[in-house]
Amino acid sequence: MFVINCPYCGEREQSEFKAGGEAHIVRPKQPTELSDDQWAEYLFMRKNIKGIQFERWVHTHGCRKWFNVVRDTSNDEITAVYKMGEKPPTNK
Amino acid sequence: MTKKLRVKTSKFIDETYKISFKFNGKTYYGYKGDTLASALLANNVHLVGRSFKYHRPRGIMTAGSEEPNAIVQLHKNTSRTEPNVRATEIEIYEGLEASSQNCWPSVNFDIGGINNFLSPLLPAGFYYKTFMWPASFWEKYEYFIRKSAGLGKSPTEPDPDIYEHKYIHCDVLIVGAGISGIMAAKIAAKNGFKTLLVDEKSYLGGSTIYQNSEHFKINNQISSSWLDKEISEIKKIKNLKIKTRTSVAAYHGYNFLLARENLTDHLPLEQRKNKIRQRLLKIRAKKVITATGSLERPLIFDNNDRPGILLSSAVEKYANFFGVACGEKNVLFTNNDSAYETAISLFQKGINIETIIDNREEIDSRLIKEAEKNNIKIYKGYTVVDTSGYKRINKISIMQLSKDGQKVVGSKISITCDCLGVSGGWTPAVHLFTQSGGKLKFRDEDQVFIPNIYSSDQISIGSCNGDFTLDEILLNIPNTLKEFLDLKKTDYENLEVKSSFNKSKRNIWLLPSDKLVGKTKPFVDYQNDATAKDIKLALREGFRSIEHVKRYTTTGMGTDQGKLGNMHALGIISETAGSKMGELGTTTFRPPYTPLTFGTIVGRNVGEYFDVFRKTPIHDWHVKNKAEFENVGQWKRAWYYPKDGENMHDAVQRESKAARDSAGILDASTLGKIDIQGSDASEFLNRVYTNAWSKLAIGKCRYGLMLNEDGMVYDDGVTTRLGENHYIMTTTTGGAATVLGKLEDYLQTEWPELDVYLTSVTDHYATVSVCGPNSKKIVSQIVPDLDFSDENFPHMSFKNAKIGKIKCRVMRISFTGEQSYEINIQANYGKSVWEKCMEAGKEFNITPYGTETMHLLRAEKGFIIVGQDTDATMTPIDLQMDWIVSKKKFDFIGKRSLYRSDTIREDRKQLVGLLTENPDEVLEEGAQIVADIKKSPVEMLGHVTSSYYSPNLKKSIALGVVRGGKKMMGQKLIIPMENKEINVTVADPVFLDRENKKLNA
Ligand SMILES: [Zn+2]
Repeated sequence: MFVINCPYCGEREQSEFKAGGEAHIVRPKQPTELSDDQWAEYLFMRKNIKGIQFERWVHTHGCRKWFNVVRDTSNDEITAVYKMGEKPPTNK
Repeated sequence: MTKKLRVKTSKFIDETYKISFKFNGKTYYGYKGDTLASALLANNVHLVGRSFKYHRPRGIMTAGSEEPNAIVQLHKNTSRTEPNVRATEIEIYEGLEASSQNCWPSVNFDIGGINNFLSPLLPAGFYYKTFMWPASFWEKYEYFIRKSAGLGKSPTEPDPDIYEHKYIHCDVLIVGAGISGIMAAKIAAKNGFKTLLVDEKSYLGGSTIYQNSEHFKINNQISSSWLDKEISEIKKIKNLKIKTRTSVAAYHGYNFLLARENLTDHLPLEQRKNKIRQRLLKIRAKKVITATGSLERPLIFDNNDRPGILLSSAVEKYANFFGVACGEKNVLFTNNDSAYETAISLFQKGINIETIIDNREEIDSRLIKEAEKNNIKIYKGYTVVDTSGYKRINKISIMQLSKDGQKVVGSKISITCDCLGVSGGWTPAVHLFTQSGGKLKFRDEDQVFIPNIYSSDQISIGSCNGDFTLDEILLNIPNTLKEFLDLKKTDYENLEVKSSFNKSKRNIWLLPSDKLVGKTKPFVDYQNDATAKDIKLALREGFRSIEHVKRYTTTGMGTDQGKLGNMHALGIISETAGSKMGELGTTTFRPPYTPLTFGTIVGRNVGEYFDVFRKTPIHDWHVKNKAEFENVGQWKRAWYYPKDGENMHDAVQRESKAARDSAGILDASTLGKIDIQGSDASEFLNRVYTNAWSKLAIGKCRYGLMLNEDGMVYDDGVTTRLGENHYIMTTTTGGAATVLGKLEDYLQTEWPELDVYLTSVTDHYATVSVCGPNSKKIVSQIVPDLDFSDENFPHMSFKNAKIGKIKCRVMRISFTGEQSYEINIQANYGKSVWEKCMEAGKEFNITPYGTETMHLLRAEKGFIIVGQDTDATMTPIDLQMDWIVSKKKFDFIGKRSLYRSDTIREDRKQLVGLLTENPDEVLEEGAQIVADIKKSPVEMLGHVTSSYYSPNLKKSIALGVVRGGKKMMGQKLIIPMENKEINVTVADPVFLDRENKKLNA
């Protein structure tokens, strides 16, 4: 069980949060314009990498805010947290 | 008690406090401070159990948590019974009753022992090879395997003890209170760190605390006296907390550790009442210092498992700490200096020790000189090749080792003994370190794995870090901790240490014998009966990965997790396969380090606290009126209200009929309620529901369907427009939390530009729903100031109203197809409104109904229940609800998915009604639906999702999903059951009042 530094509340136990999958997948503005394949790309395809992953978390049992986390999926090390809408940290 | 075996008094044993206990039905005596093992040894009992596979007699082998053999069942056939307790760990108390495991009918005569003679038939992988084929025999095999296997018996009664969980946060956690842990605790705590020191034993000081030899001194004091003073000093430090009888079970990421604190297991049973037995500590430490020590290795030779064969360090501890001689004629067998420490201890205590067999040829140290001075005969360059004695060792045979250690030479010498102490050197206890994600490295000089790369803020000190001698430990700790804790100075600079230990060692993983390997039984894993022969066989059969060999031979898989034999298994594999130890890696040490009880894991979450549950404000009324309840999510919902001994069916039939004939009343408070406000509220609803919301007039209600982005139905409910920018949404009872979460997700991440605010108000309102042709007459009495005319208050509209002085919202909406009104009122008035309705409805025979009747009534109308008639594979089109999907809206969640190639398939499973040929026959929910029963294999078209006997239609009705069902109207299908086939016809899912006349009647 790891500790997540909520950008709004500070450090809390993982059990207060819920993971929301890969970050920075933007919902298409005009879904009707997309082919089945393009829509499927948005809907189903995820990288699921071993290593540094950008992902979404929500502080369910806290402020209920969504934010982004940079986590190494091989050892759970979290190197950055940042709010929704903010640019992901570079050089990482 | 055999007097001779209890030797010179030990300060750790209180001989004025005598304790009686039972082992295998016989009464024995011991003293306060004894473990079950030490007390049994003092009574000359070595044979305590039988091995797992061969049922060989086994005795106490160690003096700690690494014990593989002496595992016992406590308090058999009582609610407090516990299997797999290590006799070496349990402290005796008055009334303790223990018995051997894995033997039948008794430890002295065991029928399974015949496996020992059949052992040529039970090689590694025997179970895999033999019981795999033919598969149909498995049931028979399983019966015999289960009967003859298994370690101990689980209790059959509820656990009478109390357990709890506790969170602890600290700056520094130190695991292990041996000399290293004590020193680390003093350094950390005195420098202001909030420190926690834990140890699995009942006392502090590890193995140094009973070290009485002149050969080990610190600042010119015998090491135990020096440590004693340190211990009394650290006990006074305020920011240091010490917990004994506390075993760390698991070391997870981010320095999160689980430990079990044992609070009452050492007390007599009658003193345990109302006390917490064990506590699961959830420790979050900023820094962790592991000082878990090391485990002595056995030596691997033929018949090395007989009762009376112990680790040399255990023989020493029983003598020094417990004042017990393990035998009257003791022999030691070693490949390093440790056994000489034991020999000197025995000598000092007046215990007979005549012979030491040492693998090493050329040896010289102060310890050895002292042994020789005391006329102990040392066989240098010799090895034990065999032992004898069935239930207790009585003789060993030794031979000289060849120069390369691969063979034995010369003639055999026989030595009689009743106890053999063995020492194969030491293995650092790195289990917690590896659990934390740390990587080990192999040190060739003494053939040990030691911590190398840390993956958390952690350091290993003392012998778990491979520092085995007193001078190494004491000189390294101050420097290591200065760096780890960022300190300038410690209390332990310039200690003067005298250590006579010589580090030389002759490591031979599998000692040679005059017999062929196939003819010997050199045990590597005692508990699982895995021998060196089994490991070699696995390699011959092609296994190479250490993890595979482990599973195939079951080496290291018992309750002791191979604490003793794992290194030898690795050594034998690498020697046989010709690979290097360091390259081979180790097996994974899995938590828990020592087994945990289920009670500790569960803590207080038992009985009614097993899970939280939610009650509506009207709950007490339902209880008082004898409702049966069902769990819906976390809610307790009234299921049905049996009257005068009615069964469920009769009650539901009565309730359903009353609701349509006159009036029914339902507690709908559990429905999720979300208050939605903001200037973009209408736009938001447009995006989350499939239908259009912009034109909904204030004061009107609308049913909505919510999809996932993949187009599948997710939730449904009625939403009411309370004002220009104000809505109240209802969700399903079970879906409330996830719907709110999903809406918040979209608002925060996809559409942050929308001005919308969501508030969960589920618990704020009680909802009383009155339905039936007389509902208006009843509700209008409760809310007298409201105009209930159909013109003013039509179906699907809402009114603000008052009951007395209390504001409420009345909605005219229906889930039953009957005219019905829902009163939403501040939760604490819910019960009073319910009672008023009951009072006003008396003349109309108002009938409370529960969720089962609600389900039946809505099924008559063909209304779906999300989660019952749908799973996550049904689109609104599949549900024949095309009418609710807006064609005009540019976008809504899931819209694009509704015309993917997969979702437009015509042979998808679709919701249909099902009518049975025999109107009295009610289908089973979940039953399979087929068209052609003769086709092989039978093709499954779908299944029944809802099924009831309708008292209003006087026939059986059902809903189901059928592949291509929409186009099958009127077609005959078959429901095959265990002993019959039921004929059904596909029908319109709306069975009653298709024109909705009743809503406005
Ligand atoms: Zn937060």
